[in-house]
Amino acid sequence: MAARALVNVPKTAKRGEIIEIKTLISHVMETGFRHDSVGTVIPRDIITDFTCTYNGTEIFGATLYPAIAANPFITFHTLATESGTIAFKWTGDNGFAAEASANIAVE
Amino acid sequence: MPDRGTLSRREMLAVAAGAGLTAFVRIEPAVATPASMKAAIRSVVGEAPVKQGKVKLEVPPLVENGNTVALAVEVDSPMTQTSYVKAIHVFNELNPQPNVISVRIGPRAGRARISTRFRLADTQTVVAIAEMNDGTFWEGKADVVVTLQACLETL
Amino acid sequence: MSRIGCIVITLLSLAHAASAAEIPLEQRRSTYVDMSADNKAMQDDDTSNPAMLSVLDGEALWDAKAGASGKSCADCHGDAKTSMKGTAARYPAFDNSARGPVDLEQRINLSRTQDQKAEAFKFESKELLGLTAFIAMQSRGTPIAPPNDPRLKPFLDKGRALFTARQGQINMSCAQCHDDNWGKHLAGSIVPQAHPTGYPIYRLEWQSLGSLQRRLRNCMIGMRAEPYPYGAPENIEMELYLMWRARGMKIETPGVRP
Repeated sequence: MAARALVNVPKTAKRGEIIEIKTLISHVMETGFRHDSVGTVIPRDIITDFTCTYNGTEIFGATLYPAIAANPFITFHTLATESGTIAFKWTGDNGFAAEASANIAVE
Repeated sequence: MPDRGTLSRREMLAVAAGAGLTAFVRIEPAVATPASMKAAIRSVVGEAPVKQGKVKLEVPPLVENGNTVALAVEVDSPMTQTSYVKAIHVFNELNPQPNVISVRIGPRAGRARISTRFRLADTQTVVAIAEMNDGTFWEGKADVVVTLQACLETL
Repeated sequence: MSRIGCIVITLLSLAHAASAAEIPLEQRRSTYVDMSADNKAMQDDDTSNPAMLSVLDGEALWDAKAGASGKSCADCHGDAKTSMKGTAARYPAFDNSARGPVDLEQRINLSRTQDQKAEAFKFESKELLGLTAFIAMQSRGTPIAPPNDPRLKPFLDKGRALFTARQGQINMSCAQCHDDNWGKHLAGSIVPQAHPTGYPIYRLEWQSLGSLQRRLRNCMIGMRAEPYPYGAPENIEMELYLMWRARGMKIETPGVRP
């Protein structure tokens, strides 16, 4: 199954209002420090980068390390400047890539 | 389980790939130290002084499980075009690796507050450094006690 | 102390250990109550509960056509919000084809194989967990209501016997901790009453969703006893007893637990 993302963006906001955006994505975030039952290291497999754009302009970016818990949950704030699309992109080890988006109406 | 003398072709390839992988990947020691956290902070901050203040960490003082710990970082900043937080970096002292997350924000954030969930291998100190647009760095810390499950369910 | 006094005290303590008293109904509480504020917040907010990712997977499966029948769950059961409301609260239930109780996971697989003519999902697979979580969530807030089915009685009795029997290297029974010593501390953890109100749960220890059977198997490993394989009648009997023991308590699925 493809990675499942759950993003929470307010459907509407007033111009200039500070809104909170919440994001959750399914990913095992295997640290690369664990060993299996015979002592072999389980290879690292994590999301390394996350970006959020607002009508194409980056408003938030993050570099994730193995210390981020499985099923990464990240929240941040942004000013509601205009109506449009807030887009999210996750990339990581082993060619991992996932996208999501939400629309916002700003009056 | 097949007996060792007769690995299937798929298993042979998996073993070979695994061996190749470990040849390239250096297995780090399982415990980092406060010194490696200092080094990681230095690689972000360079020689600039780090001031105490403005950065508040919200993390439970005691967690039932170190696998998923809620963390919020808020930086006291007007977030205007002339005075804003450019980046927030979070570090830890005793996980195998000192970095937790680094985020890039700007005046469009409106509020310099982020939250996430992270892993803590043991009772330790968590440090967050805020990088301001004027090149200054500010630091906040929090101590977290990590308890282990009483009933260990893996052998 | 006189010798007779010692013997009486020893007998009393042995008797107490062997027949654990059930928790009075009004003293029962969910493990949720003892969790940290952050963990409670994780469970309470559907926009941040990691289990919701699996619930969304389950919703997609509910709508997906499957098997030789070419039918989806929705084709027969319609909107899960109405058709599945209360379902999880009355499982395990007696199934004629199984000639005994089955839990919700097994019931889903019976529908898959018998009605959809599709392959059963493996225990603890993403698919089965997601679908179970989606269906069970439709009973969120509903009181647990084990069926008043006389055919279940012998299995309920077996479940009670398993819960109260000493086992494993530690040689203790489930009841000794969860009936007799709930609320006290074992190392850093509070001993819960162990009611299955939130299953499938997102357990922080697992960093994933997991079933009640998985939890029971892990409990037994924790007691250094041989866990029963997935689908074993003992697991279902224990589930049946646990749900009976939690009768009237509200379903919280999808729960978050440390």
